[in-house]
Amino acid sequence: MGILEVKNVGKRFGGLQALSDVNLSVKENSVHAIIGPNGAGKSTLLNCLVGKLIPDTGSVMFDGQSVLGRAPYEINQMGISRVFQTPEIFGDLTVMENMLIPIFAKRDGAFRMHAIEAVSSETGINEQAEKMLEEMNMVDKRHMNAAALSRGDKRRLEIGMCLSQEPRLLLLDEPTAGMARADTNNTIDLLKQISDERDITIAIIEHDMHVVFSLANRITVLAQGTPLVEDDPENIRGNPKVREAYLGESA
Amino acid sequence: MLGLNKKDTTLLLVVMALALFAPFILNPFPEGSSLAQMFNAGYPDLMQRFVIYGILVIGFNILFGLTGYLSFGHAAFLGIGSYSAVWVFKLIGMNVIPAILLSMVMAGIFALLIGYISLRRSGIYFSILTLAFAQMSYNLAYSVLGNPASNYNLTNGETGLQLLLDDPRILGVSSVDGSLPVTSFFGLAMRDSYQLEIGSWLFTFNVGYYLCAIIMLISFYISIRIFRSPFGMMLRAVKSNQQRMNYTGLNTKPYLLAAFVISGIYAGLAGGLLSSMDPLAGAERMHWTASGEIVIMAILGGVGTLIGPILGAGFNEYFKNILSKINDDVLHAWLAFLPDGLENFFVGIMHYFVGKGWHLTLGLLFMLVIIFLPGGLVEGGQRLMKWFSRKDKNATETKTTPAE
Ligand SMILES: Nc1ncnc2c1ncn2[C@@H]1O[C@H](COP(=O)(O)OP(=O)(O)OP(=O)(O)O)[C@@H](O)[C@H]1O
Ligand SMILES: [Mg+2]
Repeated sequence: MGILEVKNVGKRFGGLQALSDVNLSVKENSVHAIIGPNGAGKSTLLNCLVGKLIPDTGSVMFDGQSVLGRAPYEINQMGISRVFQTPEIFGDLTVMENMLIPIFAKRDGAFRMHAIEAVSSETGINEQAEKMLEEMNMVDKRHMNAAALSRGDKRRLEIGMCLSQEPRLLLLDEPTAGMARADTNNTIDLLKQISDERDITIAIIEHDMHVVFSLANRITVLAQGTPLVEDDPENIRGNPKVREAYLGESA
Repeated sequence: MLGLNKKDTTLLLVVMALALFAPFILNPFPEGSSLAQMFNAGYPDLMQRFVIYGILVIGFNILFGLTGYLSFGHAAFLGIGSYSAVWVFKLIGMNVIPAILLSMVMAGIFALLIGYISLRRSGIYFSILTLAFAQMSYNLAYSVLGNPASNYNLTNGETGLQLLLDDPRILGVSSVDGSLPVTSFFGLAMRDSYQLEIGSWLFTFNVGYYLCAIIMLISFYISIRIFRSPFGMMLRAVKSNQQRMNYTGLNTKPYLLAAFVISGIYAGLAGGLLSSMDPLAGAERMHWTASGEIVIMAILGGVGTLIGPILGAGFNEYFKNILSKINDDVLHAWLAFLPDGLENFFVGIMHYFVGKGWHLTLGLLFMLVIIFLPGGLVEGGQRLMKWFSRKDKNATETKTTPAE
C-alpha cells in the first residue's frame, strides 16, 4: 500500500474525457514522476488530489483516508502541500511573511482568532521561518515584496513555504517550466536534497526528461487521460510504447 | 509602549495629541473674525463628527483595507447602532454606556448575518450583495418598520426615532421639569462644555467630544494591534492570494467573516455615539449614499494604512462643513475687488460648487486625489516627506562642497 492510492479515477469536462480509469500508487518516501504529452491530464489529476476538482468516478486515498469531498484547506491539513505550475505566493506580502503564514497554518489550523499579540512576539514561529529562509538561501531577501522576486526565487520560496509545513506528500506541477538551465539544475539539487534529508514523499509532474530522470525512482506515463505504464526509470527509458507515445515525440 | 513597536507608538501618540488638543488646533482664528466664521472647526458637534466618522472608517478599513472586500452597505450598521442607542435612551435611561454597548452588539449580530450571506461571493458580487442588504435595511427603517400607526413601529419612519416625554426610561426619569433629560456619562452631560477665553480667542471643551475622542483612540489602538497581529497578516494574505491560502491549509471564510463582523461592530459603535451626542436616529443614515461616503473617506485617506481613515474622515467632514457654509453673499464679499460684471460672472459659476453644491467640489477633490494620489492623503504625506528630505540632503551637500 502506498501513501497515496488512486483507484479508477475518471473526470469528464463536457465532451472531453480528461481522465479515465486512472490507477496510481505512490510509495512512501519515494519520488514519483508523472509524465505525458501536453493535454494528457496531468494537471487535472493533480487537481483531483488536492480538492480543486472532484473526480466523477473512483477514489483517492491518502494514508488510508479518502480526500474526496474535502476542501483544499482540509486536504492540506492532512499533510499534502502543492506547488503550482506558475508560482502561487503572496505577492503583496514580504518574503518573511510568506514564510510565516504556512507555519502559523500548521500550528493553529484552518482558522484561529489571533488578533491582539503582534506577529513579531511569536518567537518560535519567527525562528522557524528564519531557518527555512536560510535553507532556501533567501535570508537577504526577507524584507522584499514577494512579487518583486525573480521567477526562480518565487519558485524556491513556494517550495520553502510548502516544506515549512512538513508535509508528508509534496506535489509539484512542472516546477522547472520556463526556467533557465541553471535555475533548473538548482531546483533539481534542491529537490534531491529535500527527498534525501526529509521524511517526505514527492509526486512531480514534469516535461523536462533531464529533471525526471535525475530525480524519480518511479515513473507513471499518462497519455490521453489513462496511465500507459508505471515502472522504474530504467525500464521506462527502454519501453517502446513510451517512446512511441511520448519520448519519441520530444526526442 | 502598550505592546506596540516604536513607529506605531509614535503614531498613536501623535493621534492622541491631535485628538486631545483639537479644540485649540481647529480654532486657529480669533472668535468673531470672518476667517473664524469660515475656517474654524472647533465646534463640539463638528469635532464629534470628526472622531465618530474616524471610528467608522477605521473599522471599515479593517475589512476593505486588509482583505480588499469592498462593502457597499456599511451605513446599515451605522443606522442599526443609532436606532439601538435611541431605544436604550427611550426604555432604559440616559447613560450612554449601555446605549453604546447595545449598538455594538446589535450591529455585530446583523453583520454576522449579512456577512455570512454576502461572503458567499467575492469581488463585485459581494459589493452588490452588501448594497442590496443595506438598501433593504433602509427601506425597512423608512417605511415597513416605521409606521407610527402600527404596533411594531421600531424606527418611526420619515420623522426618525426620537425621545418622548412619556418614554418609560425604567432606570432614569421620563422627563425633567417638563422637558427631555439629556444623555450623560454617569452624570456628566454630553452637551456640557467648558469655554476658555484667551484674548479674543475662544476654545470649547465639550464632554461629548472628549468621550468620543477617547473611544476613537481606543478603537485606533485596537486597529493597530489587529494590523500587526497574525490575524491581520492573514487578512492581507486573503487580499493577496486566496488560492495560496486555501492550499496552505487556511480557511478564508471565517477570516473574512471575522473581519466583516469587527468592522460592523465599529460602525455600530459610531452609530451609537452619533445617537449619544444627539438622541435622534433617522433612516437616511442607512441610505446607500451614506455607504458610498464611507468608501470615499477610506479611499481619500489611504486604503489599508493605519492613519488614512482618520485623515479621510477629517478631510471629508472639514471640507463638507466649510463648503456648505459658503453662500453667494460670502462669494460677493470675496470677489468685491472685481468689476461688477466679472464679479457676478464668477459668483454665478462658483455658486454651483459651494453651499448646497458642496458635493460637486468634494467630488472633484476626490477625483483629483484618486488620479494623482492613488494611495490617498497618506501617499501625499509620504511624497511631501520624501521631497523635503531630498531638499534637506541637497542643502547639506551644497553646504559641504566649499569645505572640500
Ligand atoms: N477546467 C477545465 N475545463 C475544461 N477542460 C479542461 C479543464 N481543465 C483541463 N481541461 C482539458 O483537459 C485536458 C487535460 O488538461 P491538463 O491541464 O490536465 O493537461 P496536462 O497534462 O497538465 O497538460 P500540460 O502538459 O499542457 O500542462 C486538456 O485537453 C484540457 O484542455
Ligand atoms: Mg499541466
